[in-house]
Amino acid sequence: MSEAMKVPTMAEMNAKGETPEVLFWVGCAGSFDDRAKKITKAIVKILNKAGVKFAVLGTEESCTGDPAKRAGNEFIFQMQAMANIQVLNGYEVKKIVTGCPHCFNTMKNEYPDLGGSYDVVHHTQFINSLIKDGRLQLEGGGTFKGKRITFHDPCYLGRANGVFEAPRGLIEKLDVELSEMKRCKERGMCCGAGGAQMFKEAEKGNKEVNIERTEQALETEPDVIATGCPFCNTMMTDGVKNKEREDNVQVYDVAELIATAEDL
Amino acid sequence: MGISNIIFAVIFIAAVVFFAKNVGKIRRNILLGRDEDRSDNPGERWKTMARVALGQSKMTVRPIAGIMHIFVYVGFVIINIEVLEIIIDGIFGTHRIFSSALGDFYYFLINFFEILALLVVLGVVVFLLRRLVMRIQRFYKPEMKGWPTTDALNILWIELVLMAAFLTMNAADSVLLQASADQLASLGLEKYTSDLQGGFVASQFLTGMLPQDLTTLAAIERTAWWLHIVGILAFLNYLPYSKHFHIILAFPNTYYSDLEEQGKFTNDDKVKKEVELMMDPNADPFAAPAPEEGAEEPGTFGAKDVQDLTWKNLMDAYSCTECGRCTSECPANQTGKLLSPRKIMMDTRDRLVEVGKGIDKNGKDHKDGKALLNDYITPEELWACTTCNACVEACPVNINPLSIIMEMRRYLIMEESAAPSELAGMFTNVENNGAPWQFAQADRLKWAEETD
Repeated sequence: MSEAMKVPTMAEMNAKGETPEVLFWVGCAGSFDDRAKKITKAIVKILNKAGVKFAVLGTEESCTGDPAKRAGNEFIFQMQAMANIQVLNGYEVKKIVTGCPHCFNTMKNEYPDLGGSYDVVHHTQFINSLIKDGRLQLEGGGTFKGKRITFHDPCYLGRANGVFEAPRGLIEKLDVELSEMKRCKERGMCCGAGGAQMFKEAEKGNKEVNIERTEQALETEPDVIATGCPFCNTMMTDGVKNKEREDNVQVYDVAELIATAEDL
Repeated sequence: MGISNIIFAVIFIAAVVFFAKNVGKIRRNILLGRDEDRSDNPGERWKTMARVALGQSKMTVRPIAGIMHIFVYVGFVIINIEVLEIIIDGIFGTHRIFSSALGDFYYFLINFFEILALLVVLGVVVFLLRRLVMRIQRFYKPEMKGWPTTDALNILWIELVLMAAFLTMNAADSVLLQASADQLASLGLEKYTSDLQGGFVASQFLTGMLPQDLTTLAAIERTAWWLHIVGILAFLNYLPYSKHFHIILAFPNTYYSDLEEQGKFTNDDKVKKEVELMMDPNADPFAAPAPEEGAEEPGTFGAKDVQDLTWKNLMDAYSCTECGRCTSECPANQTGKLLSPRKIMMDTRDRLVEVGKGIDKNGKDHKDGKALLNDYITPEELWACTTCNACVEACPVNINPLSIIMEMRRYLIMEESAAPSELAGMFTNVENNGAPWQFAQADRLKWAEETD
């Protein structure tokens, strides 16, 4: 394993009597989905580059229960949540960073009532704080310099938790042209994956939600559609393919933009 | 006091009593909902109400409708100060009782009201154009067919008539008071002698259309006066039957807003108790449940009918004025799915009104065999929701349609096990292998070993 891809687990650290400054919660998509795994690796590279002492739960991590909860299965949600909380509290976790806005939202907002209170941040917020503390320097946009980038707000990051500026702040550091869609920030439109839609066929309609949203993104004539959620990433990537624009429009997570620009 | 004063007093008292009775019914209906504590943080609540209801902060997200709405809202609230004068005049047979006390300031006030009245007319005309000429799409969604559209147009026409009556009354009055006191006295119209000078800023343009005969003018003034005040009292009593009730409930409804992050959904306490018991290694699974004192029957999980929702959900339903901003922002609705958050609110209110009528007729425990689920809202609508909160964000009075959708999903899953099959598969995966897909938990760190 290269230094850049060093991924210690909580169990290993604990055995050595060490405590990480932050737990990196990978999430199911980040662990298993081929596209999302690239985002996970980008986040790891950034954390290592900044010298962050982090750890993952690895095989001790389990679904936060979010998709079950949004689908109405409160039992499975709470069982997952309480089991996760036992693990997290067992390791005395204080701070969590995650690349998934759904994990982020549910751990930040819904775990405290069930006995799990942590300082939960999205990776774009965490990377911003690394820059602010001088632990990470961005050298400019690299391959993205001068490109046109539009940012698709993940619902559970943006509207649901008011995090609009963290991802935008990072994109702007890449010397790119950030062009907003008509529907952005508070009025951003869902990619179509939320509320457990990711795991089922859509109801009958006249269009798929991700196609509508991709069309809105393409209206800004972007070179890159950036987002901050593995599910949004899937939906927008599929949308771009459906519109046969994959040759000149890329879909990247903000973490990937930074890792690529920094040649990590 | 003449006969007309007695008639006025009777109409006025009847209107107030009838309105109070209907408000009482709505309050009772709202309180049919489950309990939920929204009494915390009063400071933040007052601020939210001041900003969102009083300050109309969310209306102006869409500037044209927002500004026109502010005209109509401010106009109606302020012009209604004059209703106080009309009521006193009506009961005691005086005429413009405040004019002598306030002098020049009264003249200023009436002019100010007239400008507001013009702005109200402008707003209402723009609203009518948007509905009838521009035919804005969200006013023509399926749930708007029939009564909802009639209701909306009724409100706009009534508002036009009220403003027309107000201006006509002032116009006739301003001609009358230019006549000499002797002339008026000879016709028995002494009460029109007042300190007002000349015409008013807006209604002066109507005076040319009025006859010059003083007796006819006085009759027109009286007719407009009665039309204005009886119109307002009738309108007041129309509110409880109409979406227009939002002008009242917007205030408490924003006060009792959800102050948490939109992404925070409630954790069901009933479920929490069960899960805690399940996870407690000391719990004896075969023990008979401890007889708790005053133990209540465990309620249903989620919501099948309006009584299973919280009182705030039900207040939301009565606060909805069917503007459709929620539906126009809804990704499911925009892509042709059956779901419309506005319809969720309208259905909830319609069902609640139906339940209320059942109670009036047949007593408190009456069951009519119907429910909000299936008889009003179908599972297809509920499953189309992406829980994206766009509807919640869009609502100018902080209504939360998503909360109702979630409660009904919970009922479908936890009481009826009626999950779409793919979701049932997802649940199994989460339960068995800790991920929504069929991947082994033991493989969770494999990504770290892979090189691309």
